Amino acid sequence: MGRALAVIIWILTLLSVILFVSKKWWFPPAISAHAPALDRQFMITLVVVGIAFAAAQIGLGWMVWKYRDTPNRPAATYTHGSSRLEVVWSVITAVIFVGLALMGQSVWASLRFNAAPPGSYQVEVVAQQFEWNFHYPGKDKIFGRTEPELIDEATQNSIGLDVSDPNARDDQVGKLLAVPVGRPVELILRSKDVIHSFWVPPLRFKQDLVPGMAIHVHFTANKVGKYELACAELCGQLHFNMKSVMLVLPEDEFRALTEMPPGKPFIDRITELRDKYKLPEEQ
Amino acid sequence: MSDGTHDAVHRHEPPKGFIRKYIFSLDHKVIGIQYILLALVAVLVGMIMSVLMRLKLSWPGTSWPILGSLFPAGAPGGVMGPEFYLSLLTMHGTIMVFFVLTTAPQGGFGNYFLPIQIGADDMAFPVLNMMSFWITGVGFVVLLAAIFFSGSSATVGPIGGWTGYAPLSALGQIAGPGQGMGMNLWIISIAIFCVGSLLGALNFITTLLNMRTRGMSLMRMPLTCWAWFTTAVLALLSFPVLLGGGILLLLDRLAGTSFFIPGGLVVSGLLSGSVKQFPLHTGGSPILWQHLFWFFGHPEVYIAILPGMGATSHILATFARKPVFGYRAMVFAIFAIGLLGFFVWGHHMFISGMSPYSAMAFSIVTLSIGVPSAVKTFNWLGTLWGGKIRFTTPMLFAIGFVSLFVAGGITGLVLGQTSLDLPMHDTYFVLAHFHLVMGVASIFGMFAATYFWFPKMFGRMMNEKLGKIHFWITFVGVYSIFVPMHIMGIVGMPRRYSEFTQYRFLDSLHPLVVFVSIAAIITVLTQVVFYFNVIWSMFKGQKASDNPWEATSLEWTTATPPPHDNFAGHPPTVYRGPYEYSVPGAAKDFLMQTEPETAEAPLGAEGISEDGHDGHKH
Repeated sequence: MGRALAVIIWILTLLSVILFVSKKWWFPPAISAHAPALDRQFMITLVVVGIAFAAAQIGLGWMVWKYRDTPNRPAATYTHGSSRLEVVWSVITAVIFVGLALMGQSVWASLRFNAAPPGSYQVEVVAQQFEWNFHYPGKDKIFGRTEPELIDEATQNSIGLDVSDPNARDDQVGKLLAVPVGRPVELILRSKDVIHSFWVPPLRFKQDLVPGMAIHVHFTANKVGKYELACAELCGQLHFNMKSVMLVLPEDEFRALTEMPPGKPFIDRITELRDKYKLPEEQ
Repeated sequence: MSDGTHDAVHRHEPPKGFIRKYIFSLDHKVIGIQYILLALVAVLVGMIMSVLMRLKLSWPGTSWPILGSLFPAGAPGGVMGPEFYLSLLTMHGTIMVFFVLTTAPQGGFGNYFLPIQIGADDMAFPVLNMMSFWITGVGFVVLLAAIFFSGSSATVGPIGGWTGYAPLSALGQIAGPGQGMGMNLWIISIAIFCVGSLLGALNFITTLLNMRTRGMSLMRMPLTCWAWFTTAVLALLSFPVLLGGGILLLLDRLAGTSFFIPGGLVVSGLLSGSVKQFPLHTGGSPILWQHLFWFFGHPEVYIAILPGMGATSHILATFARKPVFGYRAMVFAIFAIGLLGFFVWGHHMFISGMSPYSAMAFSIVTLSIGVPSAVKTFNWLGTLWGGKIRFTTPMLFAIGFVSLFVAGGITGLVLGQTSLDLPMHDTYFVLAHFHLVMGVASIFGMFAATYFWFPKMFGRMMNEKLGKIHFWITFVGVYSIFVPMHIMGIVGMPRRYSEFTQYRFLDSLHPLVVFVSIAAIITVLTQVVFYFNVIWSMFKGQKASDNPWEATSLEWTTATPPPHDNFAGHPPTVYRGPYEYSVPGAAKDFLMQTEPETAEAPLGAEGISEDGHDGHKH
């Protein structure tokens, strides 16, 4: 019985490790400036975790194999432990674990402790149950005023843009997100109703959109293409279908887009761009 | 503790009538069994729900005619709708966390064995004990009612996950299916549960501190008692916060307050205050709910697993025939986990919009809590080292607990890091992590406890052959279910999706999704063996002696099953620590805690220094 248990524990450990090491299924290729550092931190952590996991399971299997009760086995060792061992393994694990925690702050700090760098392109994201709205400031790079009272789905003013505000005249609103490649982007995240979460897997980036708050986040996307945008916080019945795409566009294509007149011309242009690019999975 | 005053206070005669004996019983043993039965019913419901969810995820669009007739609104034509899936998910989580993982380990086994293991004749407050069970039972009925009273919308219950994030949970029917009466009942059920757990916690703490028998110093208690005690302290401090939060949430829904609802919301095209069914709200904070919920919710995961840790330590020592390695370190580790467990709740909220500096602090404390967890693992391995291991079914499950605790706990090192939470938050990686460590590891602890203590509770052994079949399939099964979920999370699969058909980046995962579902169905079906074994053994099992496992703690010194006042009017006196196995020079390979000191039998290092002189009132 002890030997069978040991073998099962080892086989399960081996299969688990193989599943991770084979990388048959893995992260999508990264498309953001912070992703390489984040992926490196993930791999360092995974190596530590993997070694600890395998060592503990191999050790557990070895104990149940070696110390199984057989007719020849002498009586069990009578010991109440060892204070020295307790101190040694406490200190070693504390150093490793807290060390990982400290290392794990660097990408976080680079993204969240600082405001977006100057020259970042700003887009306001307004989530609502099962749809994404994106508010671009237009040529003047200033957002027009928005008011919840002005939200009217019938006239397609889904973010409540105040058209009487001069700054709002060139503002573009659409259901697709477009950002420039290689340039910092600042998102201003809002929600009209419940909590949603902005999740683009190859961006290695997620942030909740909380009603009543305007959360400022920033990142730099560095690979042109089209990527799926998903909602990652349970927001109701059709949560599984609250999707859009993020287009990462070359600078000139992006500039031309931002200078399109709002309304139909803008929507048509961004739809064309959506159809022009393919998802990584479709290539 | 056996002086006259205490006897006068705690003595109650064996009840005569059926109702007093089995229904509204004051006997901690009967109440413990009631809690276990409640958990056995609840876990069955929760498991069936998980299978339905797997069916939906793997084979979306398939018609299951029986569901069509049972839930015509949720599964029209037998095809499960998204709102049906989400209410299954909500109920599965709530039932499992509250009515399984918080009842069986503490209210069940703790209730039955804590008083006996410390040599007491009952809990300190028997009436309170009865009330805590029945209040919990009412909570369960209210929760089940939530499935069937969800108003006109086409759903079978509340939708919000077990975390019930506001404002989705606060807005009412306007926010969509599953936000009507079912959600009110869900909140009320949890509030009721909080009250029941609070009463239970008071009882555990008082009993343990005041009612230990002569010689039972704190450091002579079995580790199970330390675990139940610490769990009770966590429950005492965390449940009131959830209760408060639940009341505020209910007020937001029913009284038009705005604790969690900010101003200016537009829900389903309607502005707050513009229509009667959506009154004016202003000034609330959705993040406040998350703070209140997780201030409770994180200690809750330790409430679920600490008793399993205690049972595992106890059972490993018994069947390795060795004292627990590092008893004192184990006690400190339990305390450290309990204490640190109150300062890590923010790791559920790194990307909630909370301050990034708070996130950093929570992250560092979170990884620190890995240290006492690792210390426990090292000591479990140390306990097995040099042992003479008997592979009974309880021992297999206890070893399984160690394996699963490591497998599930260790990925906390990934999730606890702020940076790595950016890709991992709310994905299947999180699901895999907490199901392994808080779900199945805790359940393995309870399986171990069931096989171990069943003979004492019912006077008959459970069937070993069935027990081993149950162990082998379940052990391989849970690894097969939850290890692949980590990989899904790495690819980016979000939690709480009722289907994965809408995203191309998830397409490649389909074979894994189906594999997990098949593994889950097999594993769940295997539990029939366990249920059968429990019921069959109650009536037909081999008769158990008073101490079938040759164990040392007080529950094995009394009759099987124990008499009404546990020790038949003769409270035991304790002379030594709880795990005196294989003592050199002793006649047998175990010395009961009640065995008087003799010159030649050396005593355990632990407990001696603390000997009954301190902390122990006579």
